[in-house]
Amino acid sequence: MGTTTTVDIEWVLACYTDDVPENGGACVKHGDEQIALYNFSRRGEWYATQNLCPHKQQMVLSRGMIGSTGDDCTPKVACPFHKKAFSLISGACLTGEDYQIKTYPVKVTDGKVYIGIV
Amino acid sequence: MFQPIIVVVGNGMVGYKFCEKLLAKSSHFNIIVFGEESRIAYDRVHLSEYFNGKTASDLSLSTESWYADNGIKLHLNDPVQEINRVEKIIHSLKGFTVKYDYLVLATGSSAFVPDIPGVEKEGVFVYRTIDDLDLIKNYAVNARVGAVMGGGLLGLEAAKALIDLGIEETHVIEFAPRLMPRQIDSVGSGMLLSKLKSLGLNIHLNKNTAAFVGEHKIEALKFNDDTSLPIDMMVISAGIRPRDELAKLAGLHTGTRGGIIVNEKMQTSDECIFAIGECALYESMIYGLVAPGYEMADVVASYLSGNEKGFYGYDMSTKLKLIGVDVASFGDAFIAEPDCRTIVFENTHKGVYKRINISNDGKYLLGGILIGDADAYNMLLQTVNNKIALPPSPEDLILGSRGGEVNEGAGVMSLPDDALICSCEAVSKSAICSAVNDGACSVDDIKKCTKAGTGCGGCIPLVKDLVVGIMKANGQYVKNVICEHFEYSRQELFDLVKINKVKNYDLVLDHFGKGDGCEVCKPAVASILSSLWNDVIVKQDTIQDSNDRYLANIQKGGTYSVVPRIPGGEITPDKLIVIGQVAKKYGLYTKITGGQRIDMFGAHVNDLPEIWEELIDAGFESGHAYGKALRTVKSCVGSTWCRFGLHDSVSFAIEIEERYKGIRAPHKIKGGVSGCIRECAEAQSKDFGIIATEKGWNLYVCGNGGSKPQHAQLLAADVDNETCIKYIDRFLMFYIKTADPLTRTATWLNKMEGGMSYLKNVVINDSLGIAEKLDEEMQQLVDTYHCEWKEVVENPALRKRFAHFVNAPEEKDPSVKFEAMREQVKAKW
Ligand SMILES: Cc1cc2nc3c(=O)[nH]c(=O)nc-3n(C[C@H](O)[C@H](O)[C@H](O)COP(=O)(O)OP(=O)(O)OC[C@H]3O[C@@H](n4cnc5c(N)ncnc54)[C@H](O)[C@@H]3O)c2cc1C
Ligand code: SF4
Ligand code: SF4
Ligand code: FES
Repeated sequence: MGTTTTVDIEWVLACYTDDVPENGGACVKHGDEQIALYNFSRRGEWYATQNLCPHKQQMVLSRGMIGSTGDDCTPKVACPFHKKAFSLISGACLTGEDYQIKTYPVKVTDGKVYIGIV
Repeated sequence: MFQPIIVVVGNGMVGYKFCEKLLAKSSHFNIIVFGEESRIAYDRVHLSEYFNGKTASDLSLSTESWYADNGIKLHLNDPVQEINRVEKIIHSLKGFTVKYDYLVLATGSSAFVPDIPGVEKEGVFVYRTIDDLDLIKNYAVNARVGAVMGGGLLGLEAAKALIDLGIEETHVIEFAPRLMPRQIDSVGSGMLLSKLKSLGLNIHLNKNTAAFVGEHKIEALKFNDDTSLPIDMMVISAGIRPRDELAKLAGLHTGTRGGIIVNEKMQTSDECIFAIGECALYESMIYGLVAPGYEMADVVASYLSGNEKGFYGYDMSTKLKLIGVDVASFGDAFIAEPDCRTIVFENTHKGVYKRINISNDGKYLLGGILIGDADAYNMLLQTVNNKIALPPSPEDLILGSRGGEVNEGAGVMSLPDDALICSCEAVSKSAICSAVNDGACSVDDIKKCTKAGTGCGGCIPLVKDLVVGIMKANGQYVKNVICEHFEYSRQELFDLVKINKVKNYDLVLDHFGKGDGCEVCKPAVASILSSLWNDVIVKQDTIQDSNDRYLANIQKGGTYSVVPRIPGGEITPDKLIVIGQVAKKYGLYTKITGGQRIDMFGAHVNDLPEIWEELIDAGFESGHAYGKALRTVKSCVGSTWCRFGLHDSVSFAIEIEERYKGIRAPHKIKGGVSGCIRECAEAQSKDFGIIATEKGWNLYVCGNGGSKPQHAQLLAADVDNETCIKYIDRFLMFYIKTADPLTRTATWLNKMEGGMSYLKNVVINDSLGIAEKLDEEMQQLVDTYHCEWKEVVENPALRKRFAHFVNAPEEKDPSVKFEAMREQVKAKW
């Protein structure tokens, strides 16, 4: 989540915390952009990435399952289509391909969820 | 200390093995060996490889220093000429006189040379020693046409050797009306004949050679029927003659047709003189293979070192090597009806002939013949030797009806510990197991430390399977854990969740796993939870695969399909109309599926609840097309309309589909019911298939369509409705509880040790004592059925989830696009 360029971030109100299922995702509309928002309640964390899966250009990542991998428990999302997985922190593909997805910072205040648009 | 002197006559394969075995058992003996050949003992079994690049020293069974290191005095090139039994002395050709306490005759045999005029001519050879092969090799350089006399095991091997030596035209002359008369039957011989012809051999059966014609060297063969065949060289392989001349001279009892008579301790008529190997005649039989010879060596070595054991005959199963055609015979190859049941498989096109002989009660394999494809030889031989009970359809043994990966390891692992894997070296399964446990991990390792596979080499495939199987079992390839978050197999986790009554994913992860889960364990646990508690799936929607989460199948472009249940494929006109109306209203593409129902494609996630509301109002239910659950029970129209129908297949299909609908399993399940043997419902390609018989129903299970089709196998025959359902209950519940995630019933069965007969035992005979529990568990699942879509439609909180944008729930996904096709739509992306 953390990013150093706080100055340039525009925080957009996405939804209320209980709009997004626990340990699951939802899709947020921001202009023409679709952003996948994840409520990782098991870890008390929120993440956001692009909704488009780079593999076959499907708008589905928000419907993917989230989880963790590795000794350091990197949080990840797996595309429901062909199970390509992406790090929720770096956006890197974790299943061996060269894909990269966009990630966004998220903050939660007073039950409201904001996504940081750079 | 007194060290008895053992004199061994003959340094062939068995004589050498005797020394080795005796040394291993005791060091109290003074061993002296006389060999007629100039070489130390070598591997005669693989003699032909001398023509394929192996050198004499490659074939050698040990080294000269081995003899010296072990205190054995070796006299090569020095045959024993005389035995003085009274004084217990032998005399050798070179003039040595040696006193013995025990004498072991391992003089082997020589090629039998029939008394045909002209046999002494140049260019006529036998095929027995390296020296013979050297002579043949040199002579072949100037020969164009060669012939082998004898179409037995060795003759065919010699013929192949001639081809390898570059002889342009090779003939095999056999006196009998068929090839390999001692090993295979006449049908098999016919098949072999055509195979060998295609390899370039010219085979003449029923040919009796009258004379070898030629000035000094052989120029032609003359037959009894006055025909003749011009040839340049000749190899005689007309059988073997035990070398009993020395024994005879010493007054030992010998057989009328040769061979030194021995008892079960391999003692000759003089109790201080033993005979082993191909020269020994036990119960009127010469054992012309190396394995029994080794066993005889072991019997004598054991006796001398104080552990009596006996020789009681030996398995003469053989597999022909080198010739380029698989030929094998095992057990009792010739026993025929009515003493047994015989199953024969013949494919003349491919040149495959297989015959197995089965005991009349169908329980045991007695023997058989394999030609053209002898892959199954080792397992079949083991099945005979270990008296392994046969599966209900023994033809599978030669037809191999089960899928590809199936046999990999599983069969070998089920052999008993004392199963003899390598008969040449008498290595049992347990010996190989312990070698692997001590670190051996390849066939080569096993060869080194157990000697298995160093004899005729026929057991090597079996050894390989065993090594792989044991390594797997040892966890060198660890058990099927679900994923990095759970160190359990699905079955183990299933039991843990059940015993501890855990009802949600997070608790399961806290108790039995680690980390935060993933897309592998979440749906696996979800499936376990719903198989156990049959709770509403959308309550824990985020651990479901997207399909289960939205209770619909996600399709290309991100839309979903809608599939209402149409039990047994029976539908009223009114319901058809509703489907039509709904599809039209929401712009859905419709198609009849292979499972006899109607799919509607292209639904926006937002529309799903409304679509289903309309369907449910019209009396439809979820079809669970999205879940790892029962899909459909396909039926034919059956006795109500079809003139062939024996029973009402539709009613039964509906009853069954209603019973199992909604039940979650490791993978999807499909069923089928046909009203008669014509099988219009294709029930045998389903996880369970039911076919009407005159007396009731036949129940087949574990069939599969898909990319690896597999026929279902008969579980029970002629059962009534009630029994049929009871068996399906148990079968499905057992599958649900024990299969790995995403494993269809066919694969599950293929991996099951004991296969179908085991499954039958569990389901029908309750061999595990769990039938009652399975019945109860299934009944509970049936009783707690609910339509998942109804649940959603009636629950506003659940409905809310079916939005594409959380912050704009009314808006549909703008990236979804359709284009027209044949008056309907298709996804554009
Ligand atoms: C080409 C070929 C292929 C074969 N293929 C197979 C096969 O696939 N599988 C199988 O199981 N078997 C096979 N066999 C048979 C196997 O080789 C024999 O069963 C085995 O060699 C018998 O061993 P033995 O020690 O009894 O006899 P041999 O190996 O023949 O040894 C006897 C030795 O004693 C010597 N001898 C004889 N008399 C005297 C004397 N008076 N003094 C000193 N020495 C003497 C002989 O010169 C000989 O060296 C094959 C044989 C041949 C020739
Ligand atoms: S399986 Fe038999 S009963 Fe059913 S439709 Fe076919 S022919 Fe008729
Ligand atoms: S066969 Fe392949 S393409 Fe056709 S419906 Fe099944 S999965 Fe899709
Ligand atoms: S579209 Fe996401 S993995 Fe293929």
